Amino acid sequence: MSDTATTRKVGWKPRGENTILGTRVPRIDGVEKASGAAKYAADINTPGTLYVRLLTSDRPHAKIKKLDVKKAEKVPGVKMVHIIKDVDSEVHWDGDMIAAVAAERIEQAMEGVKAIEIEYETLDTYVDDRDVAAAEKAKRAKSLGKRETKDFDAALTAAAHKHTGFYGIPVISHMCMEPHGSHCEWKDKENLLAHVSTQWTSGIPGQLASATGVDAANVTAICNYIGGGFGSKFSAGEWGLVCAVMAQKAGRPIRLVLDRATELKTPGTRPSAFAEITVGADEKGNVTCWESHHWGTSGPQGGTIDSGVVPYVFTKIKNYRRKRTGIATDTGPFQAWRAPDHPQAAALTLTAFDDLAAKMGMDSLEFFKKNLKLTLRPELYADELEIGAKIMDWKARWHPNGKGDVKNGTRQGLGLALHTWGGGANATAVALRVNPDGTVESTSATQDLGTGTRTCIAVILAETFGIPLSSVKVHIGSSKYPNAGGSGGSTTIGGVSGPVRRAGLEALWKILDLVAKRHKVDAGSLSAKNEKIYAGDKVVCSWQQACGLLGAAPLETQSRGRKNDGLTSQGVGGIQMADVSVDVETGVVRMNKMLCVQDCGTIIDRQTAESQVLGGLIMGISYSLSEERIIDKATGRYINADLENYKLPRIGDIGELIAEFYEPDEQYKKGVVGLGEPPVISTGAAISNAVANAIGVRVPVLPLTPKRVLEALKGAKA
Amino acid sequence: MQDRDRQRRKSGGFNRRDFLKGSGVAMAATAMATAGIEEQAVADVKPNVVPAKPVEVVLNVNGKDQKVTIEPRTSLLHCLRDDLNLTGAKDVEDGSAIGADTVLVDGKAVHSGSVLAVSCVGQKIETVESLRNGDHIDEVIAGFVKHDGLQCGYCTPGFVMATRAALNKKPDASVEELKHMLGGNICRCGTYQGILHCAIEIAKSGAVATKGSN
Repeated sequence: MSDTATTRKVGWKPRGENTILGTRVPRIDGVEKASGAAKYAADINTPGTLYVRLLTSDRPHAKIKKLDVKKAEKVPGVKMVHIIKDVDSEVHWDGDMIAAVAAERIEQAMEGVKAIEIEYETLDTYVDDRDVAAAEKAKRAKSLGKRETKDFDAALTAAAHKHTGFYGIPVISHMCMEPHGSHCEWKDKENLLAHVSTQWTSGIPGQLASATGVDAANVTAICNYIGGGFGSKFSAGEWGLVCAVMAQKAGRPIRLVLDRATELKTPGTRPSAFAEITVGADEKGNVTCWESHHWGTSGPQGGTIDSGVVPYVFTKIKNYRRKRTGIATDTGPFQAWRAPDHPQAAALTLTAFDDLAAKMGMDSLEFFKKNLKLTLRPELYADELEIGAKIMDWKARWHPNGKGDVKNGTRQGLGLALHTWGGGANATAVALRVNPDGTVESTSATQDLGTGTRTCIAVILAETFGIPLSSVKVHIGSSKYPNAGGSGGSTTIGGVSGPVRRAGLEALWKILDLVAKRHKVDAGSLSAKNEKIYAGDKVVCSWQQACGLLGAAPLETQSRGRKNDGLTSQGVGGIQMADVSVDVETGVVRMNKMLCVQDCGTIIDRQTAESQVLGGLIMGISYSLSEERIIDKATGRYINADLENYKLPRIGDIGELIAEFYEPDEQYKKGVVGLGEPPVISTGAAISNAVANAIGVRVPVLPLTPKRVLEALKGAKA
Repeated sequence: MQDRDRQRRKSGGFNRRDFLKGSGVAMAATAMATAGIEEQAVADVKPNVVPAKPVEVVLNVNGKDQKVTIEPRTSLLHCLRDDLNLTGAKDVEDGSAIGADTVLVDGKAVHSGSVLAVSCVGQKIETVESLRNGDHIDEVIAGFVKHDGLQCGYCTPGFVMATRAALNKKPDASVEELKHMLGGNICRCGTYQGILHCAIEIAKSGAVATKGSN
């Protein structure tokens, strides 16, 4: 037995010894989702359910002077009108919630909303987040700090090459396909069952309990499936609290799912960022100084992206002067949006870098490579750039900006950008049960946003016990299960991987001890694979026989949180390269190819990992080329808050996508790192740089719509 | 207004004029006033008329006749989801259509959120649920799972139906044709590449089958 302690060390198997971990495994809940059997909160429809529509403000900033719901209450089918903001309350954006109407049918609820009489007193309104001088004049701008090094001016004077430019990236919405919402059903006066579309199942009961005055122990939150979150579905939200309260008052189940316009306006947007930037470099192109003033809006609170991410990735520039201004606007509030602040920071910073390279006549690839010493991961980025350049045939295909061939009025261009993210594991608890028949179950309150949480848990269990996926049952998405962290910031797969593997090994070792005792072999020599227990390469018994030694009761183990045992880690780099064609007559940008070279430590399921990267690229293409929140300056209204006018790419708009994992042995040994955020970050900068490479002029503000491209081209001619 | 053609076809037990009279959808009537044939109907419609009472109709869904009592203004999507508990077709809560609600009506892919349920009387409605029968699952569902053409899964059933309809219409469709035929659906998570690979693979086997039978 003396060997046992040394061989029994928590960790992943040596690379090459895995049978399923790291391979392409189709999602275990794929058929449920694709066949429509999977039930989302928006699908819950128990008998007696009432459906809710909201009255929201059509003014960006106003005081409610009159609110009469009597006629609404008389609309056939309407059972309840719940006032959220009463007379004399202020509304702070177009879409701010005022009242909720519950009816037997959704059509009746809509009619009820129309029957509400409301009058406003319009208050001072400001919505422009791009013009910082105008914001200062309107007293909506607030300095959020300045930082500078004492030698900045000298460094700027000494710089051999300088570039100054303006860059920007507007507010976008999360646009979850399943809007924010829930279905609340009181089982009796004290007990609430809530199906919630949430990224944090464990966090819901406390919020609903305090809103309804019951004990949190009496609230069960369920989230078996969630139709998109992207950072906007952590809290129950005002709509979620309203749903629970209305169900309590009505004594009937209530389903409250936001209508599409409200979904775009209210439960979350990504802050905008605009900047004036100056970059300086020495004779050879080594960046020596950085000056930036960036501003933007996060809604009424008036923030913009963090100061720590500007400049982005190239954080070790010695001399800098940085200033940040927040603009308070009468627009919807912000929520974390996939990789908070990073995509904006990349779009501001790495475009300015690229413009300096162009000004110096340097190949962007050479320029970025030369300056990798200013990043935290020079070797990693160098390797990834080299892999990327090979795949894109960069050396043969790159040309100086605007100097490529014109084919049918189209110019082609290449661009690149870099990114970084943490992705450390969140604090998740997992309980494991090995049944006497050999089946294995895990329970945890965690949720699957589409990253493949269920599948990754199943893969780890199958690998650990040497059993097929069909012998594994994964239970997630109930607040009654062991507490799990919210799924945000690429923390979930790491968050579940550590505890699942740890609890799995503990259970396995206990079973191997039983086998050793029964068969009189050394426990340290035993291993589990192919549904058998081996001593060295000799079969001792089947997995099922081994589990039979448990007797009638199952074996249970549990584990929680992240530990320094090598199972998980954090900190990744990653690079992206874009190949675009720009029609200089129409201004239309077409994607030819988009590549992400990504490091992410140990890969659990290659297929879902790859999908995270591809999905990130597509979301990146979306905010680079078409999507943005458009606020009408005259009325302050969000004028494209619907799926037709808020432009998302379609299946024919994305070109060829390549997800290339950077995975030398030290990456495998690193442990699991989350992958949700990284691939969405540098797409905007890479595509903007590719367009500049194609047409020879910078289109300063994303998305690169035909109008903006044509304006930039026109400006270049003038 | 997307369902104008459908209403004009008078395929079911309700014709458009009856519907207009009964439902009092004043907006719809105003917008259609230019059409000569509608003049009488418009004249009959009073503003702010209380919606027509629910009516009992029979819809043929996934091969079964189902009795439902619905208001004429109820969309096929809401009828399927809330009356028949077929929640595979998803509601993105938008009047405009992006395909999460795709079902087949007489074999043609339609956005069920843009179609009135009463207008589907007498037609064959097929939802995504019809593609899975116990252990048997349609090749499109299997292909979506194989190529991971899904993440959160909310747009997926609609995309599955759009793909099924496209491949029914053109079993050996080219890549460009598939992009065109699947261009009516939107996914936010970014699963287009997997969906396209799934469709291409099935279309390739369709091309082989077509060639073989010739």
